Amino acid sequence: MARSAEAIDERNLAWYLDRAVRVFVFVGGISAIVLIIGIFVFITREGLEFATTTLNIKEFFTSPRWAPTSETRPTYGALALIAGTVSVTGTAMIVAIPFSLGAAIYIAEFATGKTREVLKVLVEMLAAIPSVVWGFIGLSIMNGIIIQLFNVPIGLNVLNAGVILGLMAAPIMTTIAEDALKAVPDDYRQAAEAMGATRWQVIFKVVLPAARNGLVSAVLLGVGRGFGETMAVLMASGHSINIPDSVFDSVRALTATIAAELGETAVGSDHYGALFTLGIMLFVVTFIINLTADLVVRGIKKR
Amino acid sequence: MAAGPIDTLFRGTKTKKMKHGKILAAVCCVALLGCGGRDGSSSRSVIQNKGSDTLVNVAQAWAENYQTVEPNVAIAVTGGGSGTGFAALINGTVDIANASRGIKDSEVAAIRENGVEPIEHIVGFDALAIFLHPDNPMDQISISQLAGIYGENGELESWTDLGTTVPGCRNQEIVRVSRQNNSGTYAYFREAVLDKADFKLGSRDMHGSKDVVDLVENTVCSIGYSGLAYANEHVKMPCVESGEGCVAPSSQTAIDGSYPIARPLFMYTAGEPEGATKDYLDWILSDEGQCIIQEKGYAPVRAVTCG
Repeated sequence: MARSAEAIDERNLAWYLDRAVRVFVFVGGISAIVLIIGIFVFITREGLEFATTTLNIKEFFTSPRWAPTSETRPTYGALALIAGTVSVTGTAMIVAIPFSLGAAIYIAEFATGKTREVLKVLVEMLAAIPSVVWGFIGLSIMNGIIIQLFNVPIGLNVLNAGVILGLMAAPIMTTIAEDALKAVPDDYRQAAEAMGATRWQVIFKVVLPAARNGLVSAVLLGVGRGFGETMAVLMASGHSINIPDSVFDSVRALTATIAAELGETAVGSDHYGALFTLGIMLFVVTFIINLTADLVVRGIKKR
Repeated sequence: MAAGPIDTLFRGTKTKKMKHGKILAAVCCVALLGCGGRDGSSSRSVIQNKGSDTLVNVAQAWAENYQTVEPNVAIAVTGGGSGTGFAALINGTVDIANASRGIKDSEVAAIRENGVEPIEHIVGFDALAIFLHPDNPMDQISISQLAGIYGENGELESWTDLGTTVPGCRNQEIVRVSRQNNSGTYAYFREAVLDKADFKLGSRDMHGSKDVVDLVENTVCSIGYSGLAYANEHVKMPCVESGEGCVAPSSQTAIDGSYPIARPLFMYTAGEPEGATKDYLDWILSDEGQCIIQEKGYAPVRAVTCG
């Protein structure tokens, strides 16, 4: 024992390796914090000056006229873009919530053995489909289907983007919701069954209320995903500046606007600043949504 | 007992060290090879070429093909927009600036400050075609009708306003397909058709010329515009009327100037081109170079027969 203790004290290669790994793990651990602060500082630095000086805040939130490259009268109204993002995300949630809760309940409470394992893997695989592929499905397949089915002039609209986004958000929501259902102790189920409750009564009256916080956070994370998704929405929404009054109207999302316009915008111009202002807004909104989701989950653990 | 894990750890380190050694050796090899390659080509000259995104695909094709003609000249092509190209020409960091618009007076003045005159070379033409779904009965459209459809104060909202009925199009609503607001095509359409006024909001703004054609192909009610290069057999291109008869878009009508929405594509040099740059520009304007631009879907500067 004494010899090995000496060996440990010695500053040999193992000691240096240990040190190096320790530093590496520490850097890895704090990198998330450094990155998030870095990103926040970056987008505010790029966008804040414009947002606080040139930008007409009232116009930004109340005007639907987004015309940053106009030669006669550039205006930066984000109302239509906000309406676009909200309407698409809302539709997506209407699609995704029943799907993902149903899938989660089935996987967690009913499916057993092989079925369960296969389903879990498939749901995770669904989450791995690249968003541009979803967008392509929206652009080339859903467009035609919607035109035929609803007899509307164009299939790139809120419904198309909402359905695509709902299907994209559903896997992650299913996984989180399933974890929440699994976290409900079996004692609860057994106690309820011992009282003579049926399977449905156990699920609806006992398991779902007990897992409520986890389910709410699953939905919130889905909403966050919807707000932040870019490529699929860009391709499926029609990318049209428009305040929708039905799900068959084309819209344009905040994220899609940044993606489509930033690449060809002169660095430091008003247009550039305006796009970063949209970025700040998106960042703040998704940050709040994710933070709320996190706090809600922590809520369960404290109890 | 405790020596066991330490031993393992040490052994682990050893293998890792060896791996590092191998990686290092590999890196050295690559570096040496890289250097060797560069040393061997010290006689090569490099032409820097930058600017318009409209031209970037053609410029790249020219650069690649020129390798077979003149292997000792390398051409570095970058996009970034016409303005970026002019800025680089002013700063003297490029030999040739690509542009899909003419040079501005301020840019001319800036280049003259360097003691040279900017020289304009027209290398091809870009014709904007109007695209309609094949079921649309319209065969011709006028510039003022286009302005009425796309312009901010335009009042044309349905196909019936244009005196036609599109079979299969519900409400006869015109679905306007446009481009994102910083594309060169968008800017040129605004200049040539809308007389610099703004676009009507609510158009579907596609992120690429090909997307415009794809959407029009799949949407009965739609109308779109893009470079002639992107046309395919599933869409219809009406002739465009600007007061002097209706002209169908083609390389021919773009070259002779009769098609109203065609623009020249430029390459600019600071001062008369010399040496490798001159040879390159001459080659671009030769039949071989002009066939490449035609292949990419733009119109050549004169009629050429290509194999």
